[in-house]
Amino acid sequence: MTATASREARKAAFAGRELGIVIALAAVVVAAAVVRPSFVSGQGLHDLFLNASIIGLLAIGQTLLVITRNIDLSVGSVMGLTAFLSGQIFLQNQGTPVIVVLLAGIGMGALCGAVNGALVAVAKVPALVVTLGTLYVFRGIDYAWASATDVQQVNAYQMSPDFLSFGSGAVLGVPNLTLITLAVLAVAAYGLHNYRSGRELYAIGSNPDAARLAGIPTGRRVLSAFVISGALTGLGGVLHAAYFGTINASVGTGEELSVVAAVVVGGVAIFGGSGTVVGAALGALLLTTVTSALPILGVPAFWQRAVDGAALLVAISLDRAVMVRLAARLRAERAVRRE
Amino acid sequence: MKRLKPTVLTGDKPRHYRFENACETFHTATDGREEPVTALLELHDVHKSFDAVRALRGVSLELNAGEVHALAGENGAGKSTVVRIIGGEHQPDAGELVLDGVPRRFTGPRDAQQHGIAVIHQEPAQFPDLTVAENVFMGRQPLRSGRRIDRAAMRRRTAELLDSLGVPIDPDRVTRGLSIADQQIIEIAKALAAQARIIVMDEPTAALSTVEAQRLFGVARRLAEGGAALLFISHRLEELAELCERVTVLRDGALVTTAPMAELDRDALVRSMVGRAVEVLYPDRAGEPGEAALVVEGLTRTGVFHDVSFEVRRGEVVGLAGLVGSGRSEVARAIFGVDGRDRGVVLVGGRPLRAGDPRAAIAAGLAMVPEDRREQGLILDLSIERNATLPRLGAVSRWGLMSRARERAVAGEWTKRLGVRLRGLADPVATLSGGNQQKVVLGKWLATKPDVLIVDEPTRGIDVGAKVEVHALLADLAAQGIAVLMISSELSEVLGMADRVLVMHEGRIAAELSRGEATEEAVMQAATGGAA
Repeated sequence: MTATASREARKAAFAGRELGIVIALAAVVVAAAVVRPSFVSGQGLHDLFLNASIIGLLAIGQTLLVITRNIDLSVGSVMGLTAFLSGQIFLQNQGTPVIVVLLAGIGMGALCGAVNGALVAVAKVPALVVTLGTLYVFRGIDYAWASATDVQQVNAYQMSPDFLSFGSGAVLGVPNLTLITLAVLAVAAYGLHNYRSGRELYAIGSNPDAARLAGIPTGRRVLSAFVISGALTGLGGVLHAAYFGTINASVGTGEELSVVAAVVVGGVAIFGGSGTVVGAALGALLLTTVTSALPILGVPAFWQRAVDGAALLVAISLDRAVMVRLAARLRAERAVRRE
Repeated sequence: MKRLKPTVLTGDKPRHYRFENACETFHTATDGREEPVTALLELHDVHKSFDAVRALRGVSLELNAGEVHALAGENGAGKSTVVRIIGGEHQPDAGELVLDGVPRRFTGPRDAQQHGIAVIHQEPAQFPDLTVAENVFMGRQPLRSGRRIDRAAMRRRTAELLDSLGVPIDPDRVTRGLSIADQQIIEIAKALAAQARIIVMDEPTAALSTVEAQRLFGVARRLAEGGAALLFISHRLEELAELCERVTVLRDGALVTTAPMAELDRDALVRSMVGRAVEVLYPDRAGEPGEAALVVEGLTRTGVFHDVSFEVRRGEVVGLAGLVGSGRSEVARAIFGVDGRDRGVVLVGGRPLRAGDPRAAIAAGLAMVPEDRREQGLILDLSIERNATLPRLGAVSRWGLMSRARERAVAGEWTKRLGVRLRGLADPVATLSGGNQQKVVLGKWLATKPDVLIVDEPTRGIDVGAKVEVHALLADLAAQGIAVLMISSELSEVLGMADRVLVMHEGRIAAELSRGEATEEAVMQAATGGAA
C-alpha cells in the first residue's frame, strides 16, 4: 500500500516537471495567440518547431553529459566549425551529396567530442574547464580556417540545391529538421531508459565513486557521452547550414548557454543523476517559443536574453524548493517511524 | 596445508604454487585424515603502502567455502585495506592474492566482481537518484530481447531478494532518504543478485539495532551454508564469537594470528588486537570537575534528534556514545552551529549561543574537531602551518595582512607541544600520517584557546601509538579545565576516557551513565534500544 503510494508519488513528480513545462508553454502560446492569432496557424507552429529543432538536438546531447555530472560548453564552437565545414565542402564541390555532408559534419563533431571526452575521462580534468578551453580553441580553428582559405562567408547560391531543399523541406507539414530531432529524441529516450549503458550514465552522475565500485567503466561511458554529444552537435551544425543557407565563422556563438539553459529548464539536475531528454527537448521548445512570443507581446527584443535567464532562475528555484520540501518530508517520515 | 614461504610475485613462481597447491589438496583429500578444506581465496604476505603510511605489512589470510571468517583489529590496523585489496580496489605492492588456487591480479572492482567477490562497505555506496531495484542490479540488469533491460524481471527479483532477507522495501522507490540499515540490506541484496561466492562485510552491523543485526547473522549463516566464503568485520567482539568460525587478527598492518574462534576468549582477542593490556591505553584521570561550561537544553532538530539535554563541566570528559546514525554527530553539529536547530537552548559559560552561527560559537569559546578530518578538518593540499592557523588568521595578521613569520611561529609552537612528527612546516598536510594529521586538527582548534572542546571520533583511523598520545592529550586538556565532549564509536575509548557517558539511540539520549555504571553491556543495551 505504501509501495503503490510512493510509486505514484514518484510518477507524479516526474510527470510534474514535464507537465509544468507544457503548461508554461501553453500559457506563452495562448498569450501570443490572443495578440496575434497567426502565431498558432499551421505556418506559425511549423516555425515554432523549426526554431527549437537545432537547439533541441544539442540539448539532447548535452543532457547525456549533464546526467553524468559533466558539461560541454564548447557546443557553440563545434556547431560553428561543422557548419563552416559544410560550406567549405560545397566550395570544393557544389554537387556533393547531402548524405556525405551530413556524415562529414557528424564525424567532425564526434572528433571534437572525443577530444573533450579524452581530456575529461582520461586526463581527469574537470569538464567545465576542458570545454571552456575548447570553446575558444575550436572557435579559433574556425576563424583560422576562414582566414587561411580567405572564405568570409558561404552563401546559398554556392551550395547544392538538394542540400538547401533538404534544410527547408517538410514531410506532411512537419519540417525535416524537426523530424530528425524527434527521431534522435526517441532513440535517446528509449536508449537511456532501456539499456544498461543508459542507466549507467545516471549511476555515474548520481554517485561517481559508487559507480566505480559497481564496476561501471566510468571513463569509457563519459567518453562515449562526449562523442555522442559531439556528433549530435556536428549534425546540428550541418542542419544550421542547410536551413539558413548562409555561413560564416561565427555561427553558433553563445549557443552553449542557450543549450545549458534549455537542459536545466527541462529539469535535468545540473549535478547529475536525474532528468530526461524529453524534458530537455521541451525546455528547448519553451525557451525558443518564449523568444518568438516576446516581440508579439510587445517586449523589446533586447529583453529576450533577460527572459531566458529569468526562466533559468525560476526553474532552478523550483527544483531547489522541491528538493527542500522532499528532504523535509523524508526527515518527517523518519521521525514518525521512530515514534 | 600452510605454505610458509611467502614470495613476491615473479615470472614463473605462480605456476609452482599452483602445482604445489593442487598436489596438497589432492593429498589431503585422498588421505581422508583431514576434511578437505577448499580455500576459495587466499592472501599471501600482502604488503601495501600509501605514500608514507605502510597500511599492510605481510598479511596472509585464507577464506574457506562454507565458513564465516572474522577479521579483527583496531581502527587503523589495516582491515579496510585488506577489504579493498580483496575487492579489487587496490593491488598489493608485494605478495599475492590467490583465487581458487590461481594467483590473480584484479584490474579493478569489476574484475573482482566477475570472479564472484562482493564487498559490502561500511558506508553503503548507493545511487540516491535511482530506484532500489536499479541499485541492486546496476551493471548486471536482467535482459530481454535486443539486450534491453527487463524491468519487470528486475523489479520482481528485487522484491524476492528483499523478501528473502525479511525486509520488504519498495523496489520502485529511490534510495535517497533510506535508513542506513535499509541501505545495508540493499547492499546484501546486491551481493546475492551477483551470486557472489566470496562476500566481504565491512562492519555491516555498525548502524544496526540488535534485531536487525540478528536478522543479518541469519542471512550470513545461510550464505555460508550455501557454500559461500564470508569475511566478517565488526567491532562488537560478541558478534564475532557468535557468528564466526575462525578469526584473523591484524595489528598496525601486520598479521598477529589466525585461530579458531573457540580458542580465543575475549581477553585474549583484545590483547592480540591491542598488543598490551587495555587498561594501559587510557591515561589516569583524577580531579574534580568545575562549573558547567556547556549546557544543552531540549535541543531538537525535527527528524534528526529530539529533546537532547545534558551538560559538560569544566575539567570533565563526557562521552557521547551510540550507533552510527543515532544522531551523535548531528547534535554536535547543531551545538557548534554548522546545522540549524528547531528548538532548544545551548549555553556556553552561562551565555546562550545563537543558532546556526559557527563564528559566534568560536567566539564564545567552543571548538569542534569534526569526524572526518580529511573532508572537514583539514585542507589536505595546504601546508601544515597554514592548516594549523586557519581558524585564527586574525592572530597571525596585522592590518589584514598575514605575517608568514607569525604563522610559522604559532604553528611551530603547537606542533611541538602536540608532538607532531613532520619533516617541515611548509609540507602539505597530506604527507602526514593519520595520527599526526589529527594532532594538527586538534592543534589548530586548541590554538583558539577554547573552553569547550567537542571531538568527533578523535582516533578514527590512526595507529595505536598515536591513539595513546591523543588520549593523553585529551586527558591533559581536561586537567587544564577544558570541558571535553567526546563522540566515539569505540566503546573501549568511551569507557576508558569518559567521566560520564551519554548514550544516544535513534535521536534521543537513551541513558546517562556515570563512570561506575558504564559497562560495555550497559552502553550497548542503551545504544541498541534495549532496556537500560
